[in-house]
Amino acid sequence: MSEMLTTLEETALSDYKYGWVTNLEADEAPPGLNEDIIRFISAKKKEPEWMLEWRLKAYRHWLKMSVPRWPNVTYPDVDFQAIKYYSAPKQAKTLNSLDEVDPELRATFEKLGISLDEQKRLSNVAVDAVIDSVSIATTFKEQLGEMGIIFCSMSEAIQEHPELIKKWLGSVVPVTDNFYSALNSAVFSDGSFCYIPKGVKCPMELSTYFRINAAGTGQFERTLIVAEEGSYVSYLEGCTAPQRDENQLHAAVVEIVALDNAEVKYSTVQNWYPGDKEGKGGIYNFVTKRGICAGVNSKISWTQVETGSAVTWKYPSVILKGDNSQGEFYSVAVTNNHQQADTGTKMMHIGKNTRSRIVSKGISAGFSQNSYRGLVQVGKNAVNARNFSQCDSLLLGDKCGAHTFPYIEVKNSTAKVEHEATTSKIGEDQIFYCNQRGLDTETAVALIINGFAKEVMNQLPMEFAVEAQKLLAISLEGSVG
Amino acid sequence: MGNFQIFKFSNYMLSIKNLQARIEEKEILKGINLDIKPGEVHAIMGPNGSGKSTLASVLAGRSDYEVTGGEVEFNGKDLLEMSPEDRSREGLFLAFQYPVEIPGVSTTNFIKTAVNEIRKYRGEEPMDAVEFLKRMKEKMKLVEIDQSLLSRSLNEGFSGGEKKRNEIFQMAMLEPSMSILDETDSGLDIDALRIVAEGVNKLRNGKRSFLVITHYQRLLEYIVPDYVHVLYKGRIVKSGGKELALELEEKGYDFIKEELGESVEA
Repeated sequence: MSEMLTTLEETALSDYKYGWVTNLEADEAPPGLNEDIIRFISAKKKEPEWMLEWRLKAYRHWLKMSVPRWPNVTYPDVDFQAIKYYSAPKQAKTLNSLDEVDPELRATFEKLGISLDEQKRLSNVAVDAVIDSVSIATTFKEQLGEMGIIFCSMSEAIQEHPELIKKWLGSVVPVTDNFYSALNSAVFSDGSFCYIPKGVKCPMELSTYFRINAAGTGQFERTLIVAEEGSYVSYLEGCTAPQRDENQLHAAVVEIVALDNAEVKYSTVQNWYPGDKEGKGGIYNFVTKRGICAGVNSKISWTQVETGSAVTWKYPSVILKGDNSQGEFYSVAVTNNHQQADTGTKMMHIGKNTRSRIVSKGISAGFSQNSYRGLVQVGKNAVNARNFSQCDSLLLGDKCGAHTFPYIEVKNSTAKVEHEATTSKIGEDQIFYCNQRGLDTETAVALIINGFAKEVMNQLPMEFAVEAQKLLAISLEGSVG
Repeated sequence: MGNFQIFKFSNYMLSIKNLQARIEEKEILKGINLDIKPGEVHAIMGPNGSGKSTLASVLAGRSDYEVTGGEVEFNGKDLLEMSPEDRSREGLFLAFQYPVEIPGVSTTNFIKTAVNEIRKYRGEEPMDAVEFLKRMKEKMKLVEIDQSLLSRSLNEGFSGGEKKRNEIFQMAMLEPSMSILDETDSGLDIDALRIVAEGVNKLRNGKRSFLVITHYQRLLEYIVPDYVHVLYKGRIVKSGGKELALELEEKGYDFIKEELGESVEA
C-alpha cells in the first residue's frame, strides 16, 4: 500500500504551466494603503467625484474591520501596507482598436490560449482581458452593442454608464459586507461590467480573463452583471498568475442581479498560481461572489472549477428573493501540495417556492486541506422552499484532509432540505484495474477524477469543459498535457 | 560449436519457469512451471487457497505480490520486468474475478481510452469514432451485452453476471494475444456462464492463447481446454488433457492429496 501511495503522490506533484512573467513596463502606485493612494487610483482612472467618495467611505469602514479568522485555513497575516494597489501595463495612448494592443501583451494572451483577434476566434466568446489592474481589451463590443448589451471594463462603465453603476454597484455585496469586500470597494482597479437589456438573450458567451503579472501587487477586480427582465447571459471567468516566491493577494468582488424571468450562468475556471511543492508563494484568493434573484422566476447558477491559489476563501452565493427563483452551485475544488481551500456557497431562501441545488466535489492530494462550507437558509416567509445538497470528497494519499461544514437554518416548516455527503479514496484496486487495461497511473488518476467531477464538468459551457478537464489532470499529475 | 551466444526464441506465447511469489511474509507460489503455445487453451484448477488467483495477479503485475524467484517470458520478452500497463499493451489481458467500479466514467469511454492507450504504445493513431463504434457493435453481439449497460458508469450497479460479461466484452474489444480468466465463472448462473463461454470461444482463432482459472469443471464443458493443470499448495502437481477436469469433478480434490501421499482430512 505504501508503495502505491508514493506513486500517487508522485503523480500528484504537478508543475504550474502558467508561471511565466511578461516583461511589461508598468505604471504603478507605491506600496501601501491610505487615502492618498485611493485618490491616486481614482485620479488615474479619471473617476467622477461620487466614485471617489464611494471608495473613501469603503476605506474608512475597512479601517474599523478585522481579518476574518473563521475559515479553516492558516497563513501568515497579510501586510496590507506592503502591497501595491495599482499597476497598469504602460500603453502609449488609449486604444482605438484591438490592433493597437502592445504585441507583448497580445503574445501573453496568445500564450494563454486566448486570442484577442476577433477574426481569428473560432469559438463564440467575447473576451475582456484584464492584466494586473486594468482591462486591456474587450472583443466583440460592437456586435453586442447592436443588441443593447453592454460588455466593457468597469473603468469604462463608470465613465460611460454612471447611472447604471450608481444604481447597482454594491447593491448585492454592500461596501460594509466583509473585510475583503470593503477593501475591494476602496481600491478596486478594474473588472468587467455586463448589462443585458430586457428580453435579450445574449448570443455568445461573455468572458473575462484575469492575469496578475506585476510583482508585489494585489489584484482587486470588480465584476457586475445585471440581467434585466427576461434576459439571459452565460459568463465565463478565467485566471492565471506568474510563479513567484512571495504570496500575492487577490480580493475580488462579483455581483450579479437577475430581475424577473432572467437567467445568469456564471462559470469560473480559477487557476491562480498555487505555490510550489513546499508551499512557498502562491495567490491568496479571498473573493466575495454573490448574486440576487431579485425577480420572480429568475435563476442564477454558479459553476466553479478551482485548481489554483495557495489559500482560497470563497462562497459564491445566491439570495433567492423573487418567488419561484432558483439558485445553483456546482463546484470542483482541487487542492494539492500545501494548498488550502475553504469554499462553498450560501443559498438564502426568501421568496416563495424558491429552489436551490448544491453539488460540491472536493479533491485533495499531497498535504492539502480542502473544506466545503455551505449555508442553506430558509426565511420565515419562504413557503415551499427546496434545497438539495450533495458534497463529495475524494482523497489521494493519506496526508491530505477533506472537511465538510454544512449549516442549515430553517424558519419555515414547509421547507424541504436534503443533504448528502460522501468521502472516498482513489483505490489501489481502481488504479491496478486501469493499469491492466493499458492506462498508466497518471491517465488512470485523471480518468477517475474526471469521472468523480463529471456532474459539475457537465455544467460548463463546451468551450470551457475541455480546458477544465485538462486542468484537473494537470493540477494532479506530473506530465500530462 | 563456436564461441558465440545463441539467442533462442521459444515458440511459446507464455513460458513460466519456477515462478515463486509471496504476499507479505507468506509464500504462495512455490515454483510454477507452465508453457503455453499460441492458440492453446490451458485450464488451471485447484482447491481454494492453492494460489490460482495469485498466479493471475502476479502475471498481470499487481504490486501487492513480491516475485521471489523464477522467470516469465511473454512473446519473447521478460514479462516480470514490465509495468502492469506495458504487460497489457503487449497483449496480456486479465479478466478480473472482482471487477472494480469507477463512478462517472462510462464503460464506453473507459474502453475507448484503453484501446487508444494500447494503440499509442504500438505507434498507431487513435481509433476513429466510426471504426470504434463498428467494433463495439460487433463485439456487443458476441457477448450479448446491452448498449445501455455500456453508457453507464463502469461496473457501477452492475449485477455479478453483467460485470463478468463486461470483462469478456473488454477482452473482445482489446483483442489480446494472451487472456487470463480469473474465476470468471464464479457467481454466474448457467445462462450467463454459457454466454461468457461462447464469447471466449468466438475469440479463439488458433493464435490467441487463454489461461482459464476455475474452481469447477462446469466452465470447461463450454470452454474446452487443450490442457488441464492442477494447482495445489503453490505448485502444479498434475497435468493432463481435458479428461483430467472430469476426473477431478468425479473424485474431488482429495484424490490429488491421496496421490501426493497426504492424509485426507475428514
